[in-house]
Parts: sequence; C-alpha cells; structure tokens
Amino acid sequence: MSTSLILLIVALIGLAGYVLGARQARRLAAAALPKMHSRPGYYGSYVAVWAGLPALLILAVWLVASPIYVNSSIRDNFPEDLKAQTEAAQSLTFGTIGSVARGLTVLTPEEVAQAQANPGELRVLLGGKGVPLAGDPEPFMVSAAAELNAMNATSRLAMTIAVIAASVVGFFYAYRMIAPRFRARNKVEQVILASLITASCIAILTTVGIVASMLTEAIQFFQMVPAWEFFFGTVWDPRFAAAGATDSAGQFGLIPLLAGTLYIGFVAMVVAVPVGIFSAIYMAEYASPRMRSAVKPLLEVLAGIPTIVYGFFALTTVGPFLRDLSTQLNGIATGNYSNFIQAQSVITAGFVMGIMLIPYVSSLSDDIITAVPRALRDGSLGLGATRSETIKRVVLPAALPGIVGALLMTASRAIGETMIVVLAAGVAARMQINPFEPMTTVTVKIVSQLTGDLEFTSPQTLVAFALGITLFAITLCLNIYALYIVRKYREQYE
Amino acid sequence: MNMMSDAAVEKALDKKMNDVSYKMIGKDVSVYYGDKRALYDVNLNVRENTVTALIGPSGCGKSTFLRCLNRMNDTIESAKVTGRITLDEEDIYDPAIDVVELRARVGMVFQKPNPFPKSIYENIAYGPRIHGLARNKAEMDQVVEASLQRAGLWNEAKDRLHESGTGLSGGQQQRLCIARAIAVSPEVILMDEPCSALDPIATAKVEELIHELRTNYTIVIVTHSMQQAARVSQRTAMFHLGHLVEEDDTDKMFTNPNDQRTQDYIMGRFG
Repeated sequence: MSTSLILLIVALIGLAGYVLGARQARRLAAAALPKMHSRPGYYGSYVAVWAGLPALLILAVWLVASPIYVNSSIRDNFPEDLKAQTEAAQSLTFGTIGSVARGLTVLTPEEVAQAQANPGELRVLLGGKGVPLAGDPEPFMVSAAAELNAMNATSRLAMTIAVIAASVVGFFYAYRMIAPRFRARNKVEQVILASLITASCIAILTTVGIVASMLTEAIQFFQMVPAWEFFFGTVWDPRFAAAGATDSAGQFGLIPLLAGTLYIGFVAMVVAVPVGIFSAIYMAEYASPRMRSAVKPLLEVLAGIPTIVYGFFALTTVGPFLRDLSTQLNGIATGNYSNFIQAQSVITAGFVMGIMLIPYVSSLSDDIITAVPRALRDGSLGLGATRSETIKRVVLPAALPGIVGALLMTASRAIGETMIVVLAAGVAARMQINPFEPMTTVTVKIVSQLTGDLEFTSPQTLVAFALGITLFAITLCLNIYALYIVRKYREQYE
Repeated sequence: MNMMSDAAVEKALDKKMNDVSYKMIGKDVSVYYGDKRALYDVNLNVRENTVTALIGPSGCGKSTFLRCLNRMNDTIESAKVTGRITLDEEDIYDPAIDVVELRARVGMVFQKPNPFPKSIYENIAYGPRIHGLARNKAEMDQVVEASLQRAGLWNEAKDRLHESGTGLSGGQQQRLCIARAIAVSPEVILMDEPCSALDPIATAKVEELIHELRTNYTIVIVTHSMQQAARVSQRTAMFHLGHLVEEDDTDKMFTNPNDQRTQDYIMGRFG
C-alpha cells in the first residue's frame, strides 16, 4: 500500500475519532450528572490525536529505518571479494542491484525465472521493457535484487499493518478514556504546546545546520589556505581551478572584498538614512491621515521590488547616466570629454542600494516614532514647544534606541545584499578610495566562485564558504550590537 | 429696614462681582470632533488668581473645554472650535496669535504624569530653553531650583537632579510636570485630572500645591472627585452632555446648587 494511501487512512481514522469522540462526550454530558471537564471538541481532538500521532510517528520512523536496514542486510550478503573493494565500488554495485530490482517488478514470473537462470540476457530483456541497465548484471546481483524486492514488500506490508493498527489502537484507547473526570482540554493543550516547540526547534536546528555545513566546508578551505592569509591578505587572485590540481596557488585576500563591501554599504547608508528618517518623520508627525494612507503603501511597494530589478536599474539607467554626466561635467570644466565615473562603480551600486534601503529605514523608523506615547508630545506642545522642537528634543531622543537598532539592521542588509552589487559594482577586487571606480564585494565573489561547473575540493570554490561564514559572522555581530545598543538606551530612557 | 439692607447687600455683591477681573473669557464655545458635537455654546469665564474646577460626568465636555483654553485641540486632526475665547481680552483663536506663545502663557498639566525621558533638571529646563528664558547656566539653575521649590519637589529632588525623571514615583512625577509647567512662567495653568493616577497621599500633596499656586497663577482644573473640587477650588462649573449647567462659587455649588442636575451629580445620583 502506498504511503499516501496509508496517510489517507490514518487521516480518516483521526477524523472519525474526532467526530465519534465529540459525540460520545456530548452524549455523556447530556446524560451524566458530573459535569464534563472539557468541551466536546476537546474530547474529539484528544481521540483524533491518539489515532493520528503515534501512527504517524511509526510511519516516519519506519520510512527512515527500513531502507537502512534493507541496505545493510543486502550488503552483508555481498560476495567476499566485493566486500574487500572500496566503499565507492560497493555503492555502485548496490545501485545496479537497485535498478535490477526495479526492472524485475515489470517482468512476468516466467521471465523472472528465466532471468535468474540466465542473467546475461537480463539487460536485453529489461531494455525491451524500457528499463535501461548500465552493464550486464552478475548472477548474484539478480538474486540479491529479487531478495531486495521481497524484503521491501515485506517491510511495506508490515509497515501498513503496524501503522493502521497503531491508529486503531490509539483510537480505541482514547475513546475509552472519555469520562466526565478526564481532563481532555489539558492533554490537548499539551499536544499543541509540544507541536509549537517542535516548530520552533526546526527553525533553530535549520540555522545550526546551515552554519555547520558552511563551517565544515570553510574548515576544509582553511586546511588548504592559512587563515591569516585569508583574513589579512590584501590581494584577491584566486586563479582558475584546474581539475585535479589542488596545489594551484591562488591568493585569497579578504581585505579588498571587505573594503568594497563596507564602502558600498557606507554609500548606501549615506543615501538611505537621511532620506528614510526624514520621510519617516514626515509620515509619523506631519502627514495627514489621507496622505499617510496613500504614501505608506507606495513606500512598501518600493520594499517589495526584487533586488535584481534594482540591479537592472543600476546597470541600464543609473550607471550610464552617471557616466554621461561625468563626461559632460569634465568636458565643461576641462574641455576634455572623458568620463571620470565608471558605469560600474561604488557610487552607482551604493546609490541604488541606498534607494532600495529607504523603505526599510523609513518604515521601521515610522513604526518606532509612532510608538512614542502621545502624552510626551502633548507635554512638550503644552509647554509651548513647536512641532519640530518637540520632534527634535522629545520624540527623536525617545525613539533613538529603536532607530539605531533599525539602522544597524538595515546596515546588515546592505552588507549581505547581492544582486545589485553583482550587476552594478563590478568584479574587480581592488583597494582604493575613489567612489567613481568599480570595486567588488564579498557577495559578488561568492557568486562568481560558485558559478559554472564546480568541484568542491579546490580552494577556488571552497573559499566561497569561508567568505560566506565571514559575512555571516559580521552580520551576526552587527545584529548583536544593535540589540545591545537598543537595550542600553532603553534603560536610560525608561 | 431689613429689605433695605438685603438690597444693599445685593448691590454690594453685584459691585464686587463687577470688580472681578476675568483672566479668560469663553463665549459661545462649541467644539466638534468630526461630525460629533462635543460642546454646545459654553459661556464660561475664568477669574484671575482663582482655582476654577470643572466637574461633570465622563464625556460631558469638561476636558474638551479645558483643552480649548490653550488650543491643545489643534493637535487633534478632526477637532473644530467655534465661538470666542479671550486671554486678557485677546482672542486666542485669532490667526494673528502664535499658538506657541499662547501655550507658554497657558500651561498644562496632564492626567497621567508625562515626564520626558530625560533627567529631572532637563525636564524643568526644557521649556525655558525653548523660550530662551535663561541666558546662562547659572540662570537656568536658578529657574530649575525655583520651579522645583514652588512645586514642593526641591527637597526630594535636589540630590538627584541628573537622574531620569521617569525614575520618580507617580506623585513626584506629577509634581515634576507641574514644576515643568511653572518653569516657563505661565499666567494660567490648566490641569486635566492631575490626581487621577495618584494615591491619596500624593493627591493630598498636589492639592496642597494647587492651593499655594493660586496666589501667583490662575488655575483651571478638571476633576472627577467632588471632594477635590470642594477642597481646592473657589469657583466650580458643572458640565453635562456638552452643556455648561451652571457656574458659581464652590461653596454655593456644593451646598445649594441652582440646578437639579448639579444637585443630583453632587449627591452621587448619576455620573
């Protein structure tokens, strides 16, 4: 029986459990004098949980454990000479057995018997049925494949029986528990609590998993390239990865990339922070409700534009515009019509990224400013302060911790931003302070190192993980620092 | 003889009444919040150096009237005020009047203590600094000390002037807010239920303070507590459903009101 069918049956039993459990509870409530502890729905849910949850757990464990068990028992029966071979060869053999096993299922019993007698013909036979085999299977493979099929069938049958039995047993157990004194509500609440905890654990464990996977690859990288060369190197020149050549000596200096990242992020913040905060102040303090209800969604539209689109905008509009502008300016000033701003440059990427960040700054700051109690504003206005004095001296200081937190979070976005810089910043890893020249960022280099056909054994690709974990560490520190500042100011202002 | 003397007394009283100087005069004041009318043609005068209490059940418009007196209703988007309110014979809703200057002359203390998230010193110095009332640090120190003295907070606060104002107790915070209002030397102080968030002891202190402030300031106070109105005010105005029911000497209002509604409210029959 297929897994989805089993799931359907369990779901039906659970549903029946809910309906019958609730009905039983209602009947008891109508008849018996001791008042039912919980409302009927809780008894129904309790029965449904018992009918569903254990069965699903068994199903999940079985689906994971059964292939592992079958796999190892088939391998135990491998001939001795094969067992002596490498792990890769054994895996390959097992793969072949798997495809033979899949092929055997499409054959008639007579054909199977024929195949077991004469394995050499199997490939042709299966080829005729539309199941390709990589090579001629050896005799032991055919019998192993037959065994594999038998084991899988047994396992599936046993699983079906076990799961449905568990569901039914759970159903009857819970159904018999229904009694006026039984506290179904508390039990169901416990189940809900447990499922909520599980959900949050999944989120945390995923984060841990991501960090761990990056870390293992990064450690592999640091075994090939010394950490100090990576963190303090001033030259980025990874060369190309030659297949098999693990000793190719590229230079992996983080500093130029980091400099580019921070420089572009800085330019972006210079654009985004004043514009964002001023527009937030306008929206929170001056705009009429009608204006606010029209402009706020518009700003949020800006936040919803995919960053790749900003990338186009930078590449096709802002970059060329700045380049042509610089040509004209230079021509007017010196008579020499040559551009001093490159189309791909720090200023292009930073400017467009700043535009992208405006809605984040303004939306977050707007919320924070609006949250400052009205009483404080009234107090200041009641003393004869003007609106702008009130904002400057009372509202903004009270909102400052939140705004600083918002800015730091925005900065960590700027540092992690990829698509705009890929298109607008250029790929030249160099260290310089002219904002009109191209520079590159950590994220751009991660993209370029992981594009194309890759083998994950050379430092040229593994460096991407080292870059990734560095970026992660930086944004993590930034966020922690943001929380620290927010907390510190909050103490001061409470 | 008797009649004569009565008439004489009446006349004397009238004369006294005519001598009274009115700090603020409200004539036909109506307030609308959007389509809803909150105040109906209120005529109420505020006497100089007197505590005027505004009483009435919730939603009767007394706070609304109070907020008209320094145009705090301007901060509410939908509010519209009609009629005429004067401060020393000047129409405060005249476009030529600067609302900022008006609020410096007519200070306000709010229902909930709302000290700024700054030090005690900065809370007091806020108003004088905005209006440029102190030329240097020494003068500012003086203003701060004098304001705290007047608000009866100096002894409690003098050693912690640079600690946050929000760290004070509720009653102290409210006296800080009063000190803050005094610091800009207003002529009138409006108080919107200044004791509703305070415990009885803090309330007693604030009431005592109001009593003392009367010699220098004209005070209008909104209160829900009949006893408080009776204790602190000389004049009382009763509001009901947006109308001014009556206004009279506090003693008279609480012993022999003219209007049945006032009688009922004071006796606790509604409200």
